[in-house]
Amino acid sequence: MESFMHQFFQQLINGVSLGSIYALIALGYTMIYGIIKLINFAHGDIYMLGAYFGFYATTTLGLPFIPAIIFSMACAAIAGIIIERIAYRPMRNAPRIAILITAIGVSFFLEYGMILLVSPQPRTFPAVFSATVYNMGPLVANSQQLVILLSSIILMAVLTYIVNKTKAGKAMRAVSFDADAARLMGINIDRVISTTFALGSALAAAGGVLVGVYYNSIDPLMGMMPGLKAFVAAVLGGIGIIPGAMIGGIILGVVEAMVSGFLSSTFRDAAAFGILILILLYKPSGLLGKNVREKV
Amino acid sequence: MNPIRKFDLKALVASVIIFAVVQGLILAEVIGPFWELNIILICINIILAVSLNLINGYTGQFSIGHAGFMAVGAYTGAIITVKLGLPFELALVVATVCAGFLGFLIGLPTLRLDGDYLAIATLGLGEIIRICILNIDYVGGASGLMGIPRLTTFAYIFWIMIAIIFFIKNFKNSALGRCCLAIRENEIAADTMGINTTKYKVMAFTLGASFAGTAGCLFSHYFFLAHPASFTFMRSFDILTMVVLGGLGSMTGAITGATLLTFISAYLSDYPEWRMVIYSVTMIVLMLHRPQGLFGSEELSRKMFKFGGKNNGRAAEGR
Repeated sequence: MESFMHQFFQQLINGVSLGSIYALIALGYTMIYGIIKLINFAHGDIYMLGAYFGFYATTTLGLPFIPAIIFSMACAAIAGIIIERIAYRPMRNAPRIAILITAIGVSFFLEYGMILLVSPQPRTFPAVFSATVYNMGPLVANSQQLVILLSSIILMAVLTYIVNKTKAGKAMRAVSFDADAARLMGINIDRVISTTFALGSALAAAGGVLVGVYYNSIDPLMGMMPGLKAFVAAVLGGIGIIPGAMIGGIILGVVEAMVSGFLSSTFRDAAAFGILILILLYKPSGLLGKNVREKV
Repeated sequence: MNPIRKFDLKALVASVIIFAVVQGLILAEVIGPFWELNIILICINIILAVSLNLINGYTGQFSIGHAGFMAVGAYTGAIITVKLGLPFELALVVATVCAGFLGFLIGLPTLRLDGDYLAIATLGLGEIIRICILNIDYVGGASGLMGIPRLTTFAYIFWIMIAIIFFIKNFKNSALGRCCLAIRENEIAADTMGINTTKYKVMAFTLGASFAGTAGCLFSHYFFLAHPASFTFMRSFDILTMVVLGGLGSMTGAITGATLLTFISAYLSDYPEWRMVIYSVTMIVLMLHRPQGLFGSEELSRKMFKFGGKNNGRAAEGR
C-alpha cells in the first residue's frame, strides 16, 4: 500500500510537469480554434521549431536559459505569423476541409523541411542549468520539473493578463465571440488573427524549449504526437476556453503518467485518445464548456 | 436499354480493355517490378479513396481514421492465411466483415458527433486500434506479422477494385445513397423529412470501413507483412488528401486523386529527402488554388469539358 501511494505521488509529480507542457501547446490550439475554427495541425510542429530555435540559441549563440526561451518564443511567433499569412489567410472563405488539408500540408512541410535542413538525427539539448535533485521524503523531483512548472505558470499568468486586461485581448475575445460583429465595430480582424497566431506559437515554442531541457533530446518529428495530444487536452477542457486548455493539459499529463506508471508505457498514447473519445461522447463541449443548443 | 445500364456496360468494356493491356504489359515484362508494385499500390489506394469518399464525400461525415480499419483488415486477413492456413478468398471475406463490424461498433456512438469533433474522434480511434494491435503478441506486436504469402495478384486486385467502384456507384444512385446525400446537404432538413439519419450515417461508415478492410487484406498479402507502423494517422491523412485533391463527393475525383498522388510519390522516390517536402508543397498550393479539389463534387464527363467554366463555378459555390 505504501509503495502504491509512493508510486502514485511520484507519478503525480511527473504528470504535472508533463501536463504543463501539454497545457502550453493546448493554449495555442484553443486560441486558434476559438478564433478561426481551424484545427491547426501544424501547431505541434511550431513546438518542434521552438525547440530547435532554443537549441541554436543556447549552442550557437551561447545564450543562457531565460534569454534563449525568449528568443525562441519571438522566432516562433514570427514563424506563426508567416504561416498564417501565406497558408491560411488566402483560405479564409474556402471550405473548412480544404483549410484542414492545408494545415496538414503545412505540418508535413515543417516536419520534412526540418529533416532536410537539420537531418533526422535527434540532437542532444545542452544542459542549460545544473540538475539538482530534491528529495521530499521518498519522493523525487528535479530542478527541471520545477523550472517547467514555474515557467508554465508564469506564461499562463501573462497570457491570462493579455487576454483579459489588454485592448488586444479584448479584440481577440470579441473576434472569437462573433467575427462579423467585431468587424462592424472596427476591429481589424486580420491583425487580431495574426496576434493570436503569434501568441499561440510563442507559447508552443516555450513548451518546446522546456521539453528539450526536460528530455535532453529533440528531433524534427517530435511535434507529431504532442501536437495531437495537446489538441486532446484542448477538447478535454472545452475548445476555445483558455482556462480549459490549462486544466485539460494537466489532467492529460497526469493520466498519462499514471497509465505509464501503473500499466505500461505502450498504452500511454491509447489512454490519451481514450479520454478524448469518452469526453466527446459524454460531454462534447468539454469540462468547462457550456452546451450550445443547435439552431436551424 | 436505359442509359445507366448502357453506361455500366461501356465502363465494363473499358475496364476489360485496361485490364488486358496492363496485364499484357506486366506479362511481357514491359512494366518492371517497380511500376508493377506502384500499379498495385494505385489499386489499393483507389479502393481506400473511394471507400473514404463514401463516408466523407457522399454522407458528409468527416472521418480521418481510415488507416485503423485498413489495419484490422490487414491483420485479420493475415491471421486467416498464416495462422490458420485457410484460403485467401476466405481471408478477404473475413477481413472485410471484421473491419465492417468494427466500423459499425465505432460508428454507432461516434457518429453522433459532427464536424471537427468527429474528425478528431475518428483520428483517435484509428490510433487506438493501432496501439491495441501493437500490444497483441499473437500478431507479432511492435515487430509486425511477418511471413505472409504474396497472394495478391494484379488480376485479383483489379477486379476487386472494379467491383467496389461499381458497388459504391450503385449505392450512391440507390434510394439509400440519396438519403446519404440528403444528410450531407443538410442533416437537420434530412431528419425533418423522415430520414433516419443515424441509420444511414452508420451504414455509410460501416460500408466504408469494410472496404478499407478489404484494401488492408490485399495490402498485407502483397507486401509480405503487416506492420503497425504502416497504419498510422499519416496513412489516414494520405487517403484523405487523395479524396480531397480529387474533389470530395466525386467518384472519378477520388480515383484520379489516388492515381495522381501515388504517381507523384513513386516519381519522387528517387529523392527521398525531398519527397515529402515536394508532396506537402503540392498539397498546399493545390488547396490554395483549388480548394474544392480537381473536380469539385462533379463527376468527370464529357459535359465537364464542354461547360468547364460553368461547372467549376457551381462546384465552388456548392461546398
